Amino acid sequence: MTVRRTPVTILIRNARVLGGEPTDLLLRDGVIAEIGAGLSAEGAEVVDGTGLVALPGLVDLHTHLREPGREDAETVYTGSRAAALGGYTAVCAMANTSPVADTAGVVEQVYRLGQEAGLVDVQPIGAVTVGLAGERLAELGAMADSAARVRVFSDDGFCVADPRLMRRALEYVKAFDGVIAQHAEEPRLTQGAQMHEGDVSARLGLTGWPAVAEESIIARDVLLAGHVGARLHVCHVSTAGSVEIIRMAKARGVRVTAEVTPHHLLLTHEKAESYDPVFKVNPPLRTDADVEALREGLRDGTIDIVATDHAPHAAEDKECEWAYARPGMLGLETALPIVLDVLGEDWPLIAERMSYAPARIAGLDGHGNALTAGAPANLTLVDPTVRWSVDPTGLASLSHNTPYAGMTVPGRIVATFLRGVPTVLDGKVQK
Amino acid sequence: MKHLLSTADLDAATATEILDIATEMASVSGREIKKLPTLRGRTVVNLFYEDSTRTRISFEAAAKRLSADVINFSAKGSSVEKGESLKDTAWTLQAMGADAVVIRHPASGAPHRLANWVTGSVLNAGDGTHEHPTQALLDAYTIRSRMGRIDGLHVAIVGDVLHSRVARSNVLLLNTLGAKVTLVGPPTLVPTDLNASVQVAYDLDAVLPQADVVMMLRVQKERMTDSYFPSAREYSRRYGLDGARLRRMPAHAIVMHPGPMNRGMEITPEVADSPRSTIVEQVTNGVSVRMACLYLLLGGAR
Repeated sequence: MTVRRTPVTILIRNARVLGGEPTDLLLRDGVIAEIGAGLSAEGAEVVDGTGLVALPGLVDLHTHLREPGREDAETVYTGSRAAALGGYTAVCAMANTSPVADTAGVVEQVYRLGQEAGLVDVQPIGAVTVGLAGERLAELGAMADSAARVRVFSDDGFCVADPRLMRRALEYVKAFDGVIAQHAEEPRLTQGAQMHEGDVSARLGLTGWPAVAEESIIARDVLLAGHVGARLHVCHVSTAGSVEIIRMAKARGVRVTAEVTPHHLLLTHEKAESYDPVFKVNPPLRTDADVEALREGLRDGTIDIVATDHAPHAAEDKECEWAYARPGMLGLETALPIVLDVLGEDWPLIAERMSYAPARIAGLDGHGNALTAGAPANLTLVDPTVRWSVDPTGLASLSHNTPYAGMTVPGRIVATFLRGVPTVLDGKVQK
Repeated sequence: MKHLLSTADLDAATATEILDIATEMASVSGREIKKLPTLRGRTVVNLFYEDSTRTRISFEAAAKRLSADVINFSAKGSSVEKGESLKDTAWTLQAMGADAVVIRHPASGAPHRLANWVTGSVLNAGDGTHEHPTQALLDAYTIRSRMGRIDGLHVAIVGDVLHSRVARSNVLLLNTLGAKVTLVGPPTLVPTDLNASVQVAYDLDAVLPQADVVMMLRVQKERMTDSYFPSAREYSRRYGLDGARLRRMPAHAIVMHPGPMNRGMEITPEVADSPRSTIVEQVTNGVSVRMACLYLLLGGAR
């Protein structure tokens, strides 16, 4: 593995920025130096962008990198490779590691590992409560003031269920413009839950995870956020009712943002009929009606972003009985293809939902910028004409738990650039 | 038919064939020498992750009466307690040349998973809160032998439907065989979202006069502490089958229970021990029906 540390100048020829007319982009000193037709290639490495769409580097607000603790499932390095190959230039690493990222020390460790990997900017998310136990606040200020400059806090995997603690967390992070990203799941309504509660769970004899367990927490939290004037972000929204509640809250002026995962935009609870835990995820896959409502919410802006909830799991945690399997699916390398499949080639909308908005929510100033002269050279090149078949062992992630195995999806990431340095070229990761 | 995982996999013709074969098997069980050579040289593994003396012994007797070699593998005190995965256990059984694996498991869908990992046949002997196909088949057999038919009958299934694998398998099979099914229980113990082919009632007394068959389900002790209903006494008053309720049923109607019973909870001794009860017959029929299933899966095609 050689790291390209020397500054390079790159000329991308004939790429279509957000699907527009073909143009050249000159990347130099970490920024987009020039954009326009017929730029000089002198002193520059040329990348042929003919037929490719240039997008701002994607930003994932919800990634599980598993390090420290489960380096057999994913590491910051392998997850960074998967991210770069998926067109990402920044990912936010969730706090449910072992040890939990609930101190300045752990978030700085993850941040440093990300810097060393050097393929995407790894922005740690801090835990809201000590050990994700939902009992007392972690040192949120210390994490905010650390080298990792944490702004997003989440107990993801667990809900901050105690309403008083949730209120305090929302209030407290206002001091440094932080945001609480809530995993909305009323734990008393989901004890032993295995899949969406509906006709399929009734037939399969798997304990149901009712939609109301998500919706009741979101309803409570938007009211709390409104009451204390704080920012709330809702992780992995999965039900039509949740979309409706968030739409209502936004209309009332609550500072709430929301994400949806690619898998909740595409897959439904019938997938559980195989009892193959590769389809087990939390929140669970829901109904066609929910998928429709999520797509509509994503189009109309009720849902601000697509986030992957990339959740690698070792083989033994998935090759077992459904009830004993860990929930979660890979997402980084298939997110853009799935979104492309769902939204179609609406490039400005894709850029907003997968780059601009997540960067804004996470407070990542160097990411999610429009591709204009002077902007940081964080971008990715996509070939929308290529359709490819997902092969679990062909993905860069250490784990293979993709729910899309054997599926043919549109859109191939050809190249990705992080501050002007290619992390992916010709579809191959550069380190 | 390769596996028996769910009664949903059985069409009316196949289900009827199993019941017909079971009738022939029953005549073997009535002989002085209760044995057929049909499965000689074949190996049947009983893989039990849950204690279930009744079902295990029934399968064991069925396999032995067909002259199969039977290996009993119980999770307790085995490699499973040492942390062996289902997949590794499957490979072990495979390596030992199991022709059929009869599996009882606390996780719904475990037999479906197992079927991916072994080349032999898999028989679901009860998986979590999902299904118990041979129980439904022996219930159908019992109904047919008592009532002479299944088509057109009205069967009430009463109790903890939500957690009952017996209920799930019976609903599917009885629908296939043309019976009308009504599920009866407190709303907390009936799934929130059922397909339209099943009726749901909350008032047992209103259903009883129209029922040809009343199938009582066991209520697990742990339901009593989890607010599914206020108390065992209240449950008995509203959904227990006692003598007074028995007399509300038509004169020809029968009472079934898959066992083991909570006497005094879902069923009173007066009802359980009455001539209308088929509870002991169900156990007897279980062996014949399981013989028929093993015969079809292992011997029938040869």
